[in-house]
Amino acid sequence: MDRGKRILITGVSNYLGLRLAKRFEDDDEIEAVVGVDLREPSVPIDKLEFVRADIRSPVIARIIDSSEIDTVIHTNITSHPSRLGGRSQMKENNVIGTLQLLAAAQRAKKVQRVIMKSSTAVYGLGPKEPSIVGEDHDNRQANLYGYGKDCAEAETYVRDFARRRKDVEVVILRTQSLIGPTVRTNMTDYLSLPVVPTALGFDPRLQLVHEEDAIEAFARATHDAPRGIYNITGHGVVFLSKAIRMLGKVGLPMLYPAARGAGSVLRRVGAVDFPSDQLQFLIYGRVVDYKRAHEDFGFEARYSTEEAIADFRDHRNGYLETTRPAWARDLSSLLQPGAETKEYA
Amino acid sequence: MHDAANNNVIRLDARREPRRCVATTTSGRPCRNNAVEGGEYCSVHRRPQAGTPEVSTAEPPPIAGKRMLDELVDNDAGSSAIDRLRAFMGRRLKGDYPIDEFGYDEELTREILMPLLRPLYERYFRVRTLGVGRIPNEGPALLVSNHSGTIPIDAVMMQYAVAAEHPAERVVRMVGADLVWTTPFVSHLARKTGNAVACDEDAFALLERDQLVAVFPEGFKGVGKGWSERYRLQRFGRGGFIEVALRARVPIIPVAIVGAEEAFPMVGNARTLASLLRFPYFPITPTFPLLGPLGLIPLPSRWVIEFGEPIAMDQYPDDAADDKMFVFDLTDSIRDRIQQMVYKGLKYRGGTFL
Repeated sequence: MDRGKRILITGVSNYLGLRLAKRFEDDDEIEAVVGVDLREPSVPIDKLEFVRADIRSPVIARIIDSSEIDTVIHTNITSHPSRLGGRSQMKENNVIGTLQLLAAAQRAKKVQRVIMKSSTAVYGLGPKEPSIVGEDHDNRQANLYGYGKDCAEAETYVRDFARRRKDVEVVILRTQSLIGPTVRTNMTDYLSLPVVPTALGFDPRLQLVHEEDAIEAFARATHDAPRGIYNITGHGVVFLSKAIRMLGKVGLPMLYPAARGAGSVLRRVGAVDFPSDQLQFLIYGRVVDYKRAHEDFGFEARYSTEEAIADFRDHRNGYLETTRPAWARDLSSLLQPGAETKEYA
Repeated sequence: MHDAANNNVIRLDARREPRRCVATTTSGRPCRNNAVEGGEYCSVHRRPQAGTPEVSTAEPPPIAGKRMLDELVDNDAGSSAIDRLRAFMGRRLKGDYPIDEFGYDEELTREILMPLLRPLYERYFRVRTLGVGRIPNEGPALLVSNHSGTIPIDAVMMQYAVAAEHPAERVVRMVGADLVWTTPFVSHLARKTGNAVACDEDAFALLERDQLVAVFPEGFKGVGKGWSERYRLQRFGRGGFIEVALRARVPIIPVAIVGAEEAFPMVGNARTLASLLRFPYFPITPTFPLLGPLGLIPLPSRWVIEFGEPIAMDQYPDDAADDKMFVFDLTDSIRDRIQQMVYKGLKYRGGTFL
């Protein structure tokens, strides 16, 4: 190509979108980054042209056209119902937003690559799920709820799009829960509780991906990944009990029905934005196979699950005292000197 | 593999007074296997001859449970047993121990749990294990076993048999049905002892990682069969395990376990109670639920576990797994083979309890 890539990032004010835009600042192969979101990113980013728009509106098609976008990175899928004002808004945003975005992208002849952020939640949870889930494992949408269901539905639209536009490289990245010094997810909220509730008699395996590795996976996918679906995760697993011990916390084993009740209380007081269906996670856990991402585009996590948890423990505590809103806290910590230049183990 | 002359077939006339192998097993007790004809050793401990390469005579590593004890009493390293024990406990408490992706915790399994099973295996059930040398020292293989005894204690005994008596002390990775994974504590323990979910993906993934995988294709039909059905193998699932072995091109080793039936003789099945509790069956044995929790203690039956000749899967064409008829036939022939091994094991065992 004679000129650099022109990238559209949806959800640019969310953690992943913002970190990606930040990363593309120094990437010479990238000519322009257009970011779309409902609120402005609170960190100034070179190269980024921010447009305040809803991906569900027709404006998006005009942006793709007029900015001559060739790569769409769709990160605007969220697992936090409360940040959007409820579950139905979340679904509207996740599913309908994806549908509208793809409709716009389908018309744009210049689009050559679409990358979608999905989640390993699409595999569901249960006693019959394989211990290590590969990308080709059938997901039965009937068993999915909430975030996992949104991701699965959004994925079907992306796959339909891939069938209609055979010239476009469509990449779906299914990430495990992110963890690290600056990111805030359901998992980091959960592991930050003073006393961590667990299900009595169960000890699920945790497999997490470090925030830096997740960003790296998206950056690589932007350049290299061939069309396909990839699991993105750190290597290795740890038992939940071990993770709790590593963090120096105390686990609180509860009978499953009691855990359900406690979960809804915690959610109501805002301590954890943990969808109730995810309680199943505390029983079965979820571990995925990441061989394909490694073989097809050379993704390799620098942090194992255990190292990621250790990094979360060692570099996060300083930020937890702040009382600012979560996203501002994330971003301020992003700008902390040392957060970016930290040496990797 | 074995030829006709040195195969360790069980000779029926020698059953009452079999000529025992003179070797000592890795656990330090006399080998109970029959000696091969005209020799002093059984086929496991026989000195290797040309053409029988699969049995290693290398000095076997010390037996599982002893290892930690040896370490604890061995003061050469300059630290006392108490310090070592404290270090061990500290490591466990801090969570400083490795596990694999399936959650298998080797340290916990080999050093804590396996030694606990030893009295049960040696003294209570007096298990005699035959043909354990037919399991390769390394590389993947699929053990296919019969299943009985109301609670799957036969699986645990087989796992112990291989860990204790096999020259390479291999760990058997079993695949368990969903009831295992929905039961508190059991699921936890099953993960840590290296077991996985009973599905093709997991069996295949374990074989890919060169593990020794065990399947019990009878499933609940096997463990939950009534007393009148004892020693008779139930239908073998849908042949999924054969397909996995064919695709992974790993040998199948048939296994017959005799004795679990009498440990928990299931004389009745309380179906209503079972459906209320959402169990596949609710066993009634001579002692359970009559004696309450005491009824959960198994009866002291004598056990025989026999590992059969491996059946190579790479002799079949690549696409054999897609030929359903072939898969069914192969499934049936393996089932028949295990059935014959069960009958043979029954004759060999002699008295049920004494």
